[in-house]
Formats: sequence, C-alpha cells, structure tokens
Amino acid sequence: MLKQRLMSPLVLILILLCLTGVSYQLGRTRALSVAKKLGAVKTLHSRPVYYGVLTALWCGLPALFVFVAWQVCEPVIMTKLVVAQLPEEIRTLPENRLNLALNDIKNLVSGNIVSSEIKPEIEEAANLYKNLQATGNVALGVVILSLALIGAFFSRQRITHVLRARNHVENVFTFFLIACSTFAIFTTIGIVLSVLFEAIRFFKVIPISDFLFGLEWSPQMAIRSDQVGSSGAFGAIPVFAGTAMISGIAMFVAVPLGLMSAIYLSEYAGKSFRSVAKPLLEILAGIPTVVYGFFAALTVAPFIRNMGGTFGLDVSSESALAAGLVMGIMIIPFISSLSDDVINAVPQAMRDGALALGATKSETIKQVVIPAALPGIVGGVLLAASRAIGETMIVVMAAGLAANLTANPLQAVTTVTVQIVTLLVGDQEFDSPKTLVAFALGLVLFIVTLMLNIIALYVVRKYREQYE
Amino acid sequence: MSKQKKYTREQRGTVGRIESDNPRMTCRNVNVYYGDKHAIIDVSIDVGRNEVIAMIGPSGCGKSTFLRCLNRMNDTIPTCRVTGDIFLDDTDIYEKNIDVVPLRAQVGMVFQKPNPFPKSIYDNIAYGPRIHGLVGNRQEEDEIVETSLKKAGLWKEVQDRLNQPGTSLSGGQQQRLCIARTIAVSPEVILMDEPCSALDPIATAKIEELIDELREHYTIAIVTHSMQQAARVSQRTAYFHLGDLIEVGETKKIFTNPQHTLTEDYITGRFG
Repeated sequence: MLKQRLMSPLVLILILLCLTGVSYQLGRTRALSVAKKLGAVKTLHSRPVYYGVLTALWCGLPALFVFVAWQVCEPVIMTKLVVAQLPEEIRTLPENRLNLALNDIKNLVSGNIVSSEIKPEIEEAANLYKNLQATGNVALGVVILSLALIGAFFSRQRITHVLRARNHVENVFTFFLIACSTFAIFTTIGIVLSVLFEAIRFFKVIPISDFLFGLEWSPQMAIRSDQVGSSGAFGAIPVFAGTAMISGIAMFVAVPLGLMSAIYLSEYAGKSFRSVAKPLLEILAGIPTVVYGFFAALTVAPFIRNMGGTFGLDVSSESALAAGLVMGIMIIPFISSLSDDVINAVPQAMRDGALALGATKSETIKQVVIPAALPGIVGGVLLAASRAIGETMIVVMAAGLAANLTANPLQAVTTVTVQIVTLLVGDQEFDSPKTLVAFALGLVLFIVTLMLNIIALYVVRKYREQYE
Repeated sequence: MSKQKKYTREQRGTVGRIESDNPRMTCRNVNVYYGDKHAIIDVSIDVGRNEVIAMIGPSGCGKSTFLRCLNRMNDTIPTCRVTGDIFLDDTDIYEKNIDVVPLRAQVGMVFQKPNPFPKSIYDNIAYGPRIHGLVGNRQEEDEIVETSLKKAGLWKEVQDRLNQPGTSLSGGQQQRLCIARTIAVSPEVILMDEPCSALDPIATAKIEELIDELREHYTIAIVTHSMQQAARVSQRTAYFHLGDLIEVGETKKIFTNPQHTLTEDYITGRFG
C-alpha cells in the first residue's frame, strides 16, 4: 500500500519538478565552471541561465511526455487485460452488459457504492485490476525517474562553450507558444464541426429550403402516428425575424447613444469628468446579462405596457421593444468604449490642421475626426451587432416564446437564442428533428455572427492607419 | 543649464530693431505660460507685410510657442495662458470678442509634420473653401483647387490623380499639399512651424523655392532649426533663447554681424 502511495501520480509529478529544479542548477553551474576554465562568462555561446533551462527541459519534458501518454492509455490497457482474465460467460456478454460489469469492477476498485451484490468473479477481477494498477504505477515511476535522470545527465555532459543553448531553448518555447495559439483555433473548429454535423442530421429530415424559407415555426414531432397536433413546422423565418427586430431595436438605441457619448467623452469632456464617466460607462459591460434580463422583464416591460395602455395601444407584456431597449443599453459600452478609443487615436495633428484652416470645433469633429475614425467605429458597431444577435439571457427572460411573424415591436416575438434554449433545456433525446433543429439554428446564428465579425475585421484592417 | 538661464535673465531685452516699416502683425509684451512655466517672456516684434520672417533658436526656446500665438492655436492647449497684445493690422486678436474661426482663416498655419486629412487630394484642398463658403458651385471649386495646387507647385504632379487619398503622396508632396490647402482659403499671413524638418533635401529645396514665390502675395513667419534655411528664405530673422527674444534684424546682418553674444554663439555653432 505504501509503495502505491509513493508512486501515485501526484507524488511522481512533485518528484519530477524537484528533479527539474535541481537539473536547472546543475546545468547552470556546469556552464559557469566551463566558462571559468575558459576565462570569462562571455566565452559561452549563451547566457548561463539558458544552459540551466536546457538541462531542465531535457530532464522534465521527455518524462512528462511519457507520463501524459501513460495517463491517457492506462485505462484502455488495464481494461483489456482485465477483460482477458474474466470468465468466459462474462466476456461474451453483449457490449452494454459488459460495460456494466466493467463499471462494477471500477467502482469496486475505487471503493464506490456498487450497484448489485458482488459476484466472486467480479471481485477477483477488481483485485486483478488493483494489482495491475499498482504494478503499472511502479513501472511508470521507475521509467519516468530514470528518463529524467538520464536526460539531465546527458544534457549536462553536452554542455560546452559552443553549445547553442539559447537557440534550443527558444525553439522549444516557440513550439510551446504555437501549441497554445493553435489550441483555441482547434477548439473553434471542433465546435463548428459538431454543430455542423448535427445540423446536417437535421437537414436530412427537414429540407434546408423548408427550414430557411418556411414561414411557420412550431417545432414538434409526433411520437405516435395518430397523435393530435403532431405535425411540426420548422420554418425559421419568424424566429430570424424576431432576432432581427430585437437586435435592430438594440442597435437603434445603442449606436446613437454610444457614439454621442464617445464623442462627448473624447472631444468635449474635461479630464476629471472623463476619468469618472468612462469607467462608469464600462461598468455597464460588467453587469451580468441575467441582471439585465430581469430588469427588462420586471421593470421595463411593465412600464412600456402601462405607457402603451394610457395611449390606448395594445402592448404585449413580453414586447420586442422592452427586450430590444434593454439589450441596447447593454451594448452601449461596446460602441462607446471602442469609438472613444479610435477617436482618441486620431492624431492631434489632424485636428490642428482643420482648426488652422478656420474650421469650427464641430466642423472639425464631423468632417475630419469622425471620418478618420470611421473604420474603427464601424468595427465597433459590427462587433456590438454580433453581440446583440447572439445575446441570450435578456431575451430568454424578456422576449416571448411564440413565433409571431410581425413588424410591430409592441408584440411578442421570439429569437433564435430563445428557441435554442427552450428546445434543449431539460431531458431530451438527440435524435428527433425537434432537438436537432436547435443545431441548425445555432449554425445559422454562428454563420451570421461570423460574417459580421469578418466584415468588421476587414473594414477595420482595410482603412486602418489611413491617416499615417 | 540654470547658469545659462541666469545669464540670459541679466541680458534680457531685445537687441536690434523690432519694428518693421510696413507691419502686418504687431506683437507687444507677449507672455505665454504653460501652467506655472513661463514659456515666452515679454516678447515684442513686428511681422512685416510681404516679408518672410524666420524664427530661430535652440530647442525649447519658445519659437514654436510664439508662432502658435499668432493664430491662437495655443487655445487648444488647456493650461496655456497668453498675455500682451498681438495685432493683425489694427485688430487685437486676443480681444474678448474676437472669434478664432475667421482669425485662423486669415492667419493660416502649416505644421512640422505633413498632416493631410484622410480625404482625396481634391477634398483636402476644397475643404477650407467649402466651410468658409468661398465656393458656390463645382466649377469654382475646381478653379480654386487648381490655382491653389499651382501656387504650391504641385499641380503637374497630381493633376491626373486628384481623387486619390492625400496620404498616398510622398512626404514632400504632402507638405506642399498642406501649403496648398492653407493657400486655398486665401489667408493673409501664413505661419510655418518647421515645415521641412520631416523632408529630404530635394523636397526641402522645392518648399523653400515655394516660400520665396509666396512672399509676393502673403506674409510668412517660419520657425526653423536650419540656419541655412533661415538665411536662404527670410528677409528678417529673430533669435529666441529660453523664452526671450534676444535679437531681431535683417537676415543678412544677423548672420554676418550679430550684435548679441548669444546670437553669435548660436550662429557660429558654439551651442544649440
């Protein structure tokens, strides 16, 4: 038992870390002593630190690699070995039953509660599993530690004044940086592909044209053929229209307010006002969207309903207007903050040039500063738009569920994100169009926001530094 | 540094003749403060009609600050305060009810770094006349653009590409574009703040030639770091030192026979 403890993965890693630290010191002192023999530290190709890091890398990296590989492969190998030892009648069970038995074994090993009474052969297998795991861990420990020692030793032996330690170390770190940056990219690709494949499954049942151009939305499928109201309709136009309307209202609120406040802050406001107002405005971006959501549902929507009532208008209690207004307030900081930054980035020389021609301050702002900052402003607006389209929490709480195809902002509409949430919340089977349609909606949403982002980046890049 | 400051304090008072026979701008007892810093100390000088006056001096001597007083560009700096009188003809430009907008149309300015607007070459020139309502229709606009570019010696180089952005021009062309832009609103005085410091010798030569031609119609005040340039383009020269105006006089006289030791030291290259 003690042996097993000693060789547990955590302890192994700690030992490995210590060894790495020691080998750093070894490499560094070795480099220094080599340098001493030759006369001065500058006779070394690289600084002593790099020899230390190189030795540490040789000590730690191969061992770490083996460790990770083993952690990934261990369960598979162990299971194979254990299954091979199981009696004939269990081994030949169908796959799902076999998996149940294996689960029992694993639970037994880790001391969890086991589903049924323990059969002797299962217990035997569990013991075998335990033993194998112990042996495996010891073997792993031996292999890793010897690898680390060998690596440290040999790389220490290699240290001479001509060893290009810095280049080696930098290559390793470059590789590490590349790995980090591609990680995010591959994750994105993974997400896109998973959504894409599920959406394709959906489009096999419902034709893509029915989905994209259908005017009726009522996502349900018959469980029995004689069910009442079983016919589903998957025309997404009302949902898209709802999203478009609410985002449109949001942009209608956010663009003028955001832009004007950016202009005031950057061109007119005094230093003290600016230093207070800008952080305050940015706090808006830090409010959790769920808070905006109940603000919209509990404060703004009833207010609009009452106001409408006094004018004799029929306002739905979950009007698109309420959700749009609050969403607009939410995205103000995106526009104002980005615009403020780009307006400030317009060189003072540009303003001086216009003022020296006798332009007034407002002429200078309207005709010189804003045009110069326009690409950045457009980029900020498009980013805010894609944020509005993808926003979920506010509309889940404040917009309706009914898919009305209407142009009246006082009625309830639903949005793509709301539908996705309602379709996927709860226990669902992922094999009927009713749930798969969520992926199709997600795909469309993703494509739209991606396009907006690409256009925003293109605009910003194309016109950037035009005044340089 | 502080010793030198003391030295100039004792020697304060301008040597040479500050008056001009035919003055366009008259500055009397001008002081400029940046917050607590006294940047220009009691400077009096005339800028003569149709003459080029060069302002020289070591870095930080206040020559650019003084130049920026002449069309109140210092108003854009919040901490800056100006006292004294500056007259354009008979108007005190620092009087309370003077509007800076028409003033700046009368006293134009060209900056150290070319700063064309992010617009086409055509619009860069036409912008000023448009805001001042100097043009009524497209034809007049075309005319003003053409004459301004011709005066700035840029017409031949850009006449086929007036719709391209002003920023697509080379540095020297951009600076001439900025001069053309200034000319387009028909100012009376043109201020130039080291207009050639970002340019190569050939572009510099073109601008200097241009300044000489412009003298016929305009009054020009130019700040420069290059004494050769001052000697080449100007009729009168003013030497600034740590906020004081040390010496003013005819350019020839200043460069051949300076009266003040500080001027002499600077011109002979002993410091600066």
